[in-house]
Amino acid sequence: MKLFKSRKTSALMSSPYIAWATIFIIIPLCMVIYYGITDSNGQLTFDNITTIAKPGYLKALIRSVELALISTLVCFILAYPLGMILAGMKLKNNSYIVTLFILPMWMNFLLRTLTWMTLLEGKGVINTILDFFHLPTMKIINTPGAIVLGMVYNFLPFMILPIYNSLNSIDENVINAAKDLGADNLQTFLRITLPLSLPGILSGITMVFIPALTTFAISTMLGGSKILLIGNIIEQEFTQLYDWNLGSGLSIVLMLFILLNMIIESVSSKKGDR
Amino acid sequence: MKKIFEKIYLAIILIFMYAPILTLIVLSFNSSKSRARWGGFTLKWYVNLLEDEAVSSALFNTLAIAVLATVFSTIIGTFTCIAMIGLSKKLRSIIMAITNIPMINADIVTGISLMLLFRFLHIGSGFLTILLAHITFNIPFVMLSVMPRVKNMNFYVYEAALDLGASPLYAFFKTILPELMPGIISGALMAFTMSLDDFIITYFTKGSGFETLSTLIYNEVKRGIQPEIYALSAIIFVVVLALLLLVYRAPSVKSKEK
Amino acid sequence: MKNHFISKLLLTFTALGILTGCGNSNDSASNKLYVYNWGEYIDEEVIEQFEEETGIDVIYDMFETNEIMYAKLAQDPSAYDVICPSDYMIQKLIENDMLKELNFANIPNSVNIGEQYFEQSRDFDPENKYSVPYCWGTVGILYNKTMVDDVVDSWDILWNPKYNGQILMQDSVRDALMVSLIRNGYSLNTTNPDEIAVATKDLIDQKPLVQAYVVDQVRDKMIGEEAALGVIFSGEAIYTARENPDLVYVVPKEGTNVWIDSWVITKESKHTENAEKWIDFMCRPDIALKNFEYITYSTPNVAAQELIEDEEIKNSKVAFPDLSAFPTESYKYLGESGDRLYNDAWMEVKSADY
Repeated sequence: MKLFKSRKTSALMSSPYIAWATIFIIIPLCMVIYYGITDSNGQLTFDNITTIAKPGYLKALIRSVELALISTLVCFILAYPLGMILAGMKLKNNSYIVTLFILPMWMNFLLRTLTWMTLLEGKGVINTILDFFHLPTMKIINTPGAIVLGMVYNFLPFMILPIYNSLNSIDENVINAAKDLGADNLQTFLRITLPLSLPGILSGITMVFIPALTTFAISTMLGGSKILLIGNIIEQEFTQLYDWNLGSGLSIVLMLFILLNMIIESVSSKKGDR
Repeated sequence: MKKIFEKIYLAIILIFMYAPILTLIVLSFNSSKSRARWGGFTLKWYVNLLEDEAVSSALFNTLAIAVLATVFSTIIGTFTCIAMIGLSKKLRSIIMAITNIPMINADIVTGISLMLLFRFLHIGSGFLTILLAHITFNIPFVMLSVMPRVKNMNFYVYEAALDLGASPLYAFFKTILPELMPGIISGALMAFTMSLDDFIITYFTKGSGFETLSTLIYNEVKRGIQPEIYALSAIIFVVVLALLLLVYRAPSVKSKEK
Repeated sequence: MKNHFISKLLLTFTALGILTGCGNSNDSASNKLYVYNWGEYIDEEVIEQFEEETGIDVIYDMFETNEIMYAKLAQDPSAYDVICPSDYMIQKLIENDMLKELNFANIPNSVNIGEQYFEQSRDFDPENKYSVPYCWGTVGILYNKTMVDDVVDSWDILWNPKYNGQILMQDSVRDALMVSLIRNGYSLNTTNPDEIAVATKDLIDQKPLVQAYVVDQVRDKMIGEEAALGVIFSGEAIYTARENPDLVYVVPKEGTNVWIDSWVITKESKHTENAEKWIDFMCRPDIALKNFEYITYSTPNVAAQELIEDEEIKNSKVAFPDLSAFPTESYKYLGESGDRLYNDAWMEVKSADY
């Protein structure tokens, strides 16, 4: 039942893509690593990577992790009940309704962020409305809160979709069986629904956490350049300071974080399998 | 009681998601430049937008890159998925792991790494560099949705077709491709979406005098938001909405015809 | 059935893309000119007029700060033909051998530029070989007189807690540090680490009061009354006052930076002749006037100054300030080590608590 006569043909036909992946994925990453561990004269050094331990840089990294964690958590808290409600509706056209929740994803990412700029500004839409009703105006723009709001708004669909998919694919008979065996709602949820939806939760977390951790556009637009995130620093090294070595070194740190995230994810999803 | 709570919850989230967009649409008809004052109804921002060459060329660039990147990544991705079927499981999983890197990695790192590559190769940045970058980060989405179908595919039909005298190419188009089609389409749609929405990778791989919608908006934002951008948001939103409605409407109309 | 529809949709898109998407190649031999200029720093009609008169296709990009311009050019030296950086950045470009000597025989209109501006340019372009002045000005404070009731005559007001959240600072290394260096009575070109440390600490102390660090957005935010005080370039004064009569521009008594932005041609330029035509065009009195009326930045073009019809603007102290009225200094390129000092200091400010 082989499609091709031999493994050789198969390898031959895969080779164009292997070449592509080498040129456009592996070599570029090697270049980041090369620049990251050398200085401007090409000498081997770890200064670029250890720069992350300097106060300003470390602060930015910690701040980024904090904001990304908060955003991920908020997204999860908003998305999980939503996913349950949507999965529970079992409507004939529930795809309609689900689409409604991921539709903003098709709007341009920058337009979505820009929206919140217009809403939150000192003389923005929200404050104008508050002012109209003689309510005190809010100062949200250029605070971490605004950045979290921007992240949640932008990345929420990435959390909704996988959670909904995993909840929707749970066999109803399993839940009914649990209930028949005397489990109450909470028990059913904790011991059946939650573990079974774990893969969806984990992929939702990754899909929100990583872009939130590494963003620079959201913090520039909603943070007034006052709140420096690790993404902003890396972007600056390339677009303003022209220090490829330091920028690459910090990128390596970022990749280590992503790797860590993936390890945690694969460990916990294995636990979920048991 | 529970149903009501559920409805309210859905409504709140929907308001959170759509109220901002609707505000932008309202502002796009505001003749006053200020966001704090309603100066009366106007269509002038739409007129300005349509006359703006920079916006129309950015829109064109965005669509052209998204379409071409989707086509190329779909072809390359599908072809490779089928080709890989004969490889050992270990080799296959190595290739898949490498393929997934751009999807898992942070966009900023992918963007930077490609920029370093293009600078090293002295490829003039612009249309080509962005296209190559987009194809690269689109391929994993295609392969991820085609691969499961390839794995579960029944190749006996293909072999039977060959036995019956069909040319390999003919047999491929008649037996394998139709079976993969749903995976290919959802992969292509995913790729198209990712390509349209991308800002960070485009930002790092674009060169002089070439803007896509994302980079154009980012520049505009840094110079102060003009109401034309609201008009642009409104148009994009309506187009997206219309396309989706069309996609969902089409099957129900068709099935009624039957 | 659903899938059938989507595939049709995709096919249509594809056909569209293939039919129209292929005419976008980058041809270096063609009659093009890549221009890199500051945001909102030209009357767009001027670009169109240049294209019409010369038949050259202009590709026009904008940068926010000198540093962004430099990074872009260093990354891809042939990306642009003609650029318009400021004094100290031109010096850096010359020292790093990134500029081409101009052939003034091809730029006859450069005689319209006042001799004193070429004189001034010798600080950064000692033999006047590389640059032709485009605009000049000062840096000062723009404030909204309905929102500020103190007298604005000193940089100190930007540290006044009364205006918490109402202050806009420049998001650019030299311009931000300049403010606090001058306020402390130091040179804005100091490389004394102690002086820079004091200035840095001041900016960190100020940070909670600052609404945002922005560049070109100062103009729109001030017009829209988002903020009460903003650090801004003198050229914006006339424009912003025209849009919002409550806005007033002052140069603080402690002094300020006097800058010149000049046209230069990049070393790797592939369209040198076109670039020279561009610079020559910009020096034409009618064009310089048109630009001046649109962007309202002080023009060094003496012939254009004569053409200004509005007497009020012609004699305006804002448009053409008397530089002897306050202490002035120009930025100098401080070498790699100096750059690093300033960049580290700015990084410290930007990453500080808000």
